[in-house]
Amino acid sequence: MELQGLTYLFVGASFAIYIGIAIWSRARSTNDFYIAGKGVSPVANGMATAADWMSAASFISMAGLIAFLGKDGSVYLMGWTGGYVLLALLLAPYLRKFGKYTVPDFIGTRYYSKTARFVAIVCLIFISFTYVAGQMRGVGIVFSRFLEVDINTGVIIGMLIVFFYAVLGGMKGITYTQVAQYCVLIFAYLVPAIFISLLITNNPIPQLGFGDKISGSSVYLLDKLDQLSIELGFNAYTENTKSNIDIFFITAALMFGTAGLPHVIVRFFTVPKVSDARKSAGYALVFIALLYTTAPAVAAFAKINFIESVQKTEYQSAPSWFKNWENIGLIAWKDKNGDGLINYSNGNALEEVKPKYISERGQYGERLVANSPDRSNANEIYIDNDIMVLANPEIAQLPNWVIALVAAGALAAALSTAAGLLLVISASISHDLMKNMLMPNISDRQELFFARCAAAVSIFIAGLFGIYPPGFVAQVVAFAFGLAAATLFPVLFLGIFYKRLNKEGAIAGMLCGLIATSSYISYFKFINPSLNNSDFWFLGISPEGFGFLGMIINFVVALSVSSFYSKPPEDIYQLVDEIRRP
Amino acid sequence: MKLSYWQSNLIILISLLVVWFIVSFGFGIIWSDKLDNFKIGGFKLGFWFSQQGSIYFFVLIIFIYVYLLNKLDKKFFSSSSEIDNKEKE
Repeated sequence: MELQGLTYLFVGASFAIYIGIAIWSRARSTNDFYIAGKGVSPVANGMATAADWMSAASFISMAGLIAFLGKDGSVYLMGWTGGYVLLALLLAPYLRKFGKYTVPDFIGTRYYSKTARFVAIVCLIFISFTYVAGQMRGVGIVFSRFLEVDINTGVIIGMLIVFFYAVLGGMKGITYTQVAQYCVLIFAYLVPAIFISLLITNNPIPQLGFGDKISGSSVYLLDKLDQLSIELGFNAYTENTKSNIDIFFITAALMFGTAGLPHVIVRFFTVPKVSDARKSAGYALVFIALLYTTAPAVAAFAKINFIESVQKTEYQSAPSWFKNWENIGLIAWKDKNGDGLINYSNGNALEEVKPKYISERGQYGERLVANSPDRSNANEIYIDNDIMVLANPEIAQLPNWVIALVAAGALAAALSTAAGLLLVISASISHDLMKNMLMPNISDRQELFFARCAAAVSIFIAGLFGIYPPGFVAQVVAFAFGLAAATLFPVLFLGIFYKRLNKEGAIAGMLCGLIATSSYISYFKFINPSLNNSDFWFLGISPEGFGFLGMIINFVVALSVSSFYSKPPEDIYQLVDEIRRP
Repeated sequence: MKLSYWQSNLIILISLLVVWFIVSFGFGIIWSDKLDNFKIGGFKLGFWFSQQGSIYFFVLIIFIYVYLLNKLDKKFFSSSSEIDNKEKE
């Protein structure tokens, strides 16, 4: 069967499953809509959390990013898994015991303050929308490459699917579709990884394969990769280039950010018991680790595959995937030295990095770009990291059904995360903003209606982000994690572990964390991007890692301000005691 | 002196977080370059910790915590059925 037919089949079948599940698990009350009636088993919740967590970025971009960064890419692997230890040990069981619907709910109640609740809502909405924008872009890329529909049509189809099961099913519908989506996405990630591992190292387990010898030779894969990287002018693949302090801070910001992300935290509100919340975090990490330990293997395989199939080949005889992705606009080739060969090495191929294609074709049939070549190096290839995972099955010449499967998996990853995010946004609007602040007298039915409306509006806005992608999506991801670490994590943690913290301390802490982190990141990303290098960074900390410092600022401010004001009322002490009991 | 439920929990928490810190920030970042002098198979040890080992340890840490806390829950809240009943209220 043709690739396109297969892709329609796989994607269509997976969408049919999601819709079927949505109809089967409709939400009937706000309790169902917000936290699935607290009836989700820990294993199912673990899978749903994993699908919720692993976004288009994890599925599509991460391996490519690691392939490009080498050992520096470890920050994402450790940062995006280590946070679950913090969640399981420090937050999830206690917030589950608290037993309400949303993260601002906890902050508003624990700090007996509407202002605190409001600040939390603002942080939550900002963090979640930042994230959703990235998912919709992922949906667009997959649709345009594999289904050859227009990116906008793809985004609209994705929106309709999410609309259907998020608005209808709420948390209940989302949870069970996410379980299905996890199965689709992990299968789609592991199958090509196993194939490629067998192909390159003869070892069926990718996690071991990338530490193995290249099949038919006595050279270890990673040694070969180090050697190739150095030959092409890159750093050795298995060595860091960033400073240790920067790596430390980025990893910490991602970990604490993960633990403070509202759409991950609320997943633990859906299990029946406190002990289930702990167990569920463990299962979630197992399911996540399955992908996250495979990703660095895929990265190493992809890099070696890419170098070997492209380097020093003539453009005319370049493999077909190279031209496919060039047509999508994620690869560009500028023949700097005029030899008709593709030369890949360190450095940017083009001035202004991103290619600006013009309609004419060059003498070899390549797409021409308006950018002038960057003459400071010999690299002739622009490659978007995103294609490493998507193109890998094609590069390794795997059968068409594997490629179709990867398309379905990437969509599952993007849609599941988008749905989870849209749910926390709608819950915080209908429950925290409407029910608890503006219109306390509405009934359960009315609140459910508002929740559905809020979900619909959020999906619409997210869709707009997908159709008119803001150019700053990649830059603002640092924002989402930095803010989660610098605002929500400290007040959640102290709310449980430090009874004496009062509302003045919590609000001042959140605001200082918010202001410090957002001004540092905005300064280097938007206001003065030309200064964004280690010479100008505070203590050598990049904007991506600043969230950790923001978190420390939040802690210091919260604790010191708190000591100037009176203790929280007696019932708060009782509340915290109650939360600490399982 | 007998420890309360909360104190025992804190001791477990702190010890596990120390392990968490050592396997990730320690072996994966701070001492990673030194560990790279040792190899297991084709992996340099520091590289392995930063891209594989730390994640395996994270999973292990959570399940050890689950096991220890379930034991602690039983010890202090005599039977688990009592906890279930409380939930339902």
